Order: sequence, then C-alpha cells, then structure tokens
Amino acid sequence: MIAIVDYGVGNLFSLRCSLQSLGLDTVVTADPKAIRNADRVILPGVGAFGDAIDKLRATGLDQTVLEEAAHGKPLLGICLGMQLLFEKGYEFGEHDGLGLLHGSVVPMQGTIPPELKIPQMGWNALIRKRSHPLLREVKEGDCVYFVHSYYAADCDDSLVATTEYGKELTALVAKDNVMGCQFHPEKSGNVGLKILRAFSTVT
Amino acid sequence: MITKRIIPCLDVRNGRVVKGVNFEGVQDVSDPVELARHYSDEGADELVFYDITASVEGRQLFTDVLRRVAEQIFIPLTVGGGINTVEDFDRVLKCGADKVSVNSGAIRNPALIPEAARKYGSQCVVLSADVKRVEGRFHVFSHGGRIDTGMDALEWIRQGVALGAGEVVLNSIDTDGVKQGFDLEMLNAVTAIVDVPVIASGGAGGVQDFVTLFREAPGVDAGLAASIFHFGEVGIPALKQVLAENGINVRRIG
Repeated sequence: MIAIVDYGVGNLFSLRCSLQSLGLDTVVTADPKAIRNADRVILPGVGAFGDAIDKLRATGLDQTVLEEAAHGKPLLGICLGMQLLFEKGYEFGEHDGLGLLHGSVVPMQGTIPPELKIPQMGWNALIRKRSHPLLREVKEGDCVYFVHSYYAADCDDSLVATTEYGKELTALVAKDNVMGCQFHPEKSGNVGLKILRAFSTVT
Repeated sequence: MITKRIIPCLDVRNGRVVKGVNFEGVQDVSDPVELARHYSDEGADELVFYDITASVEGRQLFTDVLRRVAEQIFIPLTVGGGINTVEDFDRVLKCGADKVSVNSGAIRNPALIPEAARKYGSQCVVLSADVKRVEGRFHVFSHGGRIDTGMDALEWIRQGVALGAGEVVLNSIDTDGVKQGFDLEMLNAVTAIVDVPVIASGGAGGVQDFVTLFREAPGVDAGLAASIFHFGEVGIPALKQVLAENGINVRRIG
C-alpha cells in the first residue's frame, strides 16, 4: 500500500490515478495510522513553500512523515513535496523544511539567464549524475514534465539527476529511503510511470 | 534544455470529439478517451480539450469525459470553453485538468484571472485570446471569435498576464483555417511583451509550418493545432522527427 499524504495542498487526482493504473494499492489520506500502515509514502505538493509546510505542521502529519522516514520506510516527495524534504526554503521569506535532506530551496530568478521564462514549465530531459533504482528503466535523454520557479541547491550528497535550464537544476534526489523529484512523474507519460513503478519496488 | 511542445486540440460537444478521421488502432475517433490515448502514445506533449457544448447536460458529459481521460492519460491536460467562474475552474480541476483556459469569461470579468490564480496558482490559469487585425491594429474578439470587443490585443494580453495568467494561447483569426502557416508577426508581437509561455494557434497546414514557427518566432513555446492532427495530415512522430532534424529541441518517446 502506498499512502499519498493529503494535507490540503494540490490536486491528487492524477497522482492517485497514475499509481492505480500501475495496479498499485493507493490511499489518499490524512490519517496518521493509514500512513504508518502503508509500505511507502508519497508527499505531494503544489503552491508556496511556507504555506505548504505550515499546513503540513498544522495537521501534525509532518511528525508522522518524519517518524516513518526514520523507520526506513521509502518516502517520495514530488515537486513542492520534494522541496519540503530539505532544511530550508526561501520562497516569500525563510522557512524551515523537514530537514530530511541537506540543502535549501532557492529561487531560479537571478540564477538563470534572464531570457528564460520562470516558472520552467514543460518537458525537459533528465541528466543522470549517478545510478539509482528509481531510474533503472529511464534512458538517457528521456524527458519529464516540470512546473517550478524554485529549485534545491547545495544538495550534492543526495543529487541523482538534474535538468538543464540555463544551468543544471536539481531534478531527482535520494538519500537512503528518502527520495524526491522536482518534476511531476504523474504527468510525465510513460517515463513518469516507470519512475513511479520503480518507487513501488525500491527497498 | 526545455523542449518545444506540440499540442493537439480536441473540440468536444456533448461528450464526443467533433471532427476527425480514422487512425490505425483507433476504433472510434469521436471517443475523446481513445483519441487522447492515441495522441499521448504518439508523443503529444499536452492535450487541450475544448468544450463547445452549450447545455448543462453537455457540461456534465464533458466533465465525465475529462475524468475518464485523466484516469488513463498521464500528460498535462488543459481545458477550455465555458469557463466563466472560479466554480468552473473547480469543476474541471477536480476531474483531472491541470490547466484551465479562459477567454470570453475573462473579457467579461477580468477579475476571474486573479481570483483563479490566487486559488490555484498562476501556472493553472491560461489566457486564451482570439485576435484579428482591424485597421492595422490587433483586436481581441470574443464569443469564439465572432464579436470584435474593440480592445487592443497586446494591451489585453499584457493585462491578463499582469493579473496572473501563467500562459497565453494566441489564436490568430487571420490565419486560422487558412493552413498557410502560423501568424508569426502577431506571435512575435506578443512574445515581446510577456514573460510567460506563449502557445501558437491558428494556421498550421503542415510540418514545415511548425519548423518555421519555432525558427522565426523563437519566443513561442508550443504549437497547437486541431484539424491537421485529426485528419491525419500530420503525424506527431514524423513532425517531431523533422523538427529535431532542423535543430529544434523536442521530446522524443520510445
């Protein structure tokens, strides 16, 4: 069973459907018990860092996620959910993240050439920095779908893949059982489904 | 580097796709789910569903169709047509749409854009504009391109983006249906004044028109078309092959 943590941000319809299309038992839940009973946990998210981490803490589910991660349960953060895994986020002020991964989430603005549009919205290729089970079915040059204005920086110890948008931006991170992708696997066609399937078997 | 997007647009009336011919392996081209799967398998980067239904019953059929597509097709889905209120956004987003495009509804009530952007994020709000030259100026037309609002198109698009639209679909009435290529002049005028993605619509007649589009209007992010895809005149894999051969960065699948 995969638990998708429902803390009131974003539309979880596609994520749930994409996992179900792979034949994976999935529950969208705000119940700590259901999260504890699941084999794997997905932390989704869209919107702003501060708003999202506040909502996650208000539900108390931040503690559940931290405990399950500490127990070694596979955890995948998606998009803003990935960003929340880091120590700090600098979107409308400075916010503490969950601190499961080293690094901070910073704006693209000012760090990429000004002619590039922000957010990065669209399909871009993954650039593998090291091998990882999540990418076992993914080929060099495969594209995934991004929508983001901020990116994770100073995260060399967890970096798995980047994408080129004026500079190399963090696309996929993993450290032990804690994983995260900046892109939306549930909107990335077959490549995204391969990554989600890999997450369902990663140990 | 980010790829240029190719986007088929499906017109849906009472739950069925309005036009199309038979593709190999597609049993029923008027079934939006089958057609969506076909395009997704072929490498479409996004799909636009345009609801041209007028009745309440038709709206219900549309959201049913949308939900069935979103349950099975995992690429970005944009919905347009009949979006007048934040409740309309809510209705289609709940059924799996990722982006919602506003046109006449935003002309009538520009506050719809910031309301929706605040609630769902700018990335979710697409401003669709039907534009035609009138006495040497670009005018915005409403009601499916039938009524000249008299509004200056560049001013309206600039305003729409300032209000929170995260993407612009620019449909040139002048080139629409003519199949002589996209409206490069109009597109370049718009990409010069906004910093959000711009999707070109209206005028695609063949593969070469997309090559010309991305070469001559480099600020354009995506090309949208309906009939050339539905009538099988242009296949997406062949189109992307030619674009790639011309040095245009596109997403390849397989």
